Amino acid sequence: MKHMTEEELIAFLEGVASERPEIAGHLSECTSCRAELKRIEAVLAALDTLPVPDPGEGYGRRVWQQIAPRLPERPSRWWQAWLEPKRLAAIGSFAAMILLAFYIGRISKPVSPGNVTVSQEQVRERILVVAVGAHLGRTEMMLVELSNTEPRDRNQKQVNISAEQHRAEDLLEENRLYRQTALNQGDAQLASILDELERVLLDVAHSPDEVTPAQLEAIRQKIESRGILFKVRVVGKELQQRERTSAPAPAQNYSSKKERNKV
Amino acid sequence: MNRMRTTSENAQAIAANDALAVERTLAGERDAFRILVERHSRTVFRLAYRMTGNRQDAEEVVQEAFLRAYQNLARFAGTSNFGTWVYRIAANYAIDRMRHRKKEDARRVLHEPMNEEGIQDDPMAKVEDAKPTPERLTQSMELRKQMEAALAALSHAERTAFVMRHWEGCGIEEISVVLKSSSSATKNTVFRAVQKLRQALQPFVGTGEQARAMGMES
Repeated sequence: MKHMTEEELIAFLEGVASERPEIAGHLSECTSCRAELKRIEAVLAALDTLPVPDPGEGYGRRVWQQIAPRLPERPSRWWQAWLEPKRLAAIGSFAAMILLAFYIGRISKPVSPGNVTVSQEQVRERILVVAVGAHLGRTEMMLVELSNTEPRDRNQKQVNISAEQHRAEDLLEENRLYRQTALNQGDAQLASILDELERVLLDVAHSPDEVTPAQLEAIRQKIESRGILFKVRVVGKELQQRERTSAPAPAQNYSSKKERNKV
Repeated sequence: MNRMRTTSENAQAIAANDALAVERTLAGERDAFRILVERHSRTVFRLAYRMTGNRQDAEEVVQEAFLRAYQNLARFAGTSNFGTWVYRIAANYAIDRMRHRKKEDARRVLHEPMNEEGIQDDPMAKVEDAKPTPERLTQSMELRKQMEAALAALSHAERTAFVMRHWEGCGIEEISVVLKSSSSATKNTVFRAVQKLRQALQPFVGTGEQARAMGMES
């Protein structure tokens, strides 16, 4: 009999298991998995006893008294929000990216008489290609460095990976943005690779600053077992190719996505 | 999961009242915002306390969440209800706060006693029931310290995912929005959080039977 994994049992207890009826059916027959489930339940039950202090009856009133003097006269309207310096800077960067993408398109692709106009969709895809290509390059570098990290000597009990961890945190933010953009543009394959990459980046970002050599080895094996470095290299190269060649026509685009499917 | 569940009629009535209060606030009636603050403060406090692990930070999160909500009220999309929206703002700010706290703690050389304030406020200390219930376990200060340390050792994302899913009963999609993560990655974060908590606490809790026995001994 195949037993349930810890992940399946936790997903079942937390109500996020997609195969709930199957797990419930197995649990009704398997005493070993039921016992394991009880052990996890006992930990969660103990955690449930941690109290939250009562902030008191008039808490809402107190919060109001504390924040009321700090409230501006009127909340900002949506158009005022667009004039905030941070937002203006973001709009400026985005406009600069579009201009840059146009410029790259101009200098890298000879304009043929039959292909005079560049659609907005192609420009958007070009921006994604350039940005994701650079992102994958940085990610690959970080993963390679992490994979090559070694304890200085056999006696070293902790290895500091805080630099890689912080880079993984930053890359994680970027990765989420690109995955979402790829999804919005209907590039499901690229989104899927980025989703896979996100899990690896999450693992690294959530690791402690200092790990034991054994923990480091476990992280390294995780990276290797998922073959993520290979996938990152293949997709990165493919994106570089797309960036170098002329702006992709829909037919080329489709074939390149199919190629990626083979990864 | 002890998130307070209201009936759907009550929830609809609250959402309708909230929408009205939002509209009046936007029209310039600043006091209308008071209704929203008084109605949702306790729920936001509970989330903030569980995420930050201390009362001072939790109170700051509550205040900041309502201030940000007020400042951005014009951009508040009426598609979700105000309670959910302010709750999400609080969760995001609590993550920022935890990050900030971690950096501060790293700079600080002196070690402070852990969660002293919370222990003094523990309502369980007044419980006189001697039955071996899981609640009684909390009276074991050692176990409680272990539980707080295990929660503190989680990453910000793991703690957020665990608090929002296990204690607050939020859906995976809602948590994904806060963590800016995909559904599958969020499920994975919930799993990792429970797994880490289990690894840290299993030796102190053991099986349900052992846990009850520990409660009796304390």
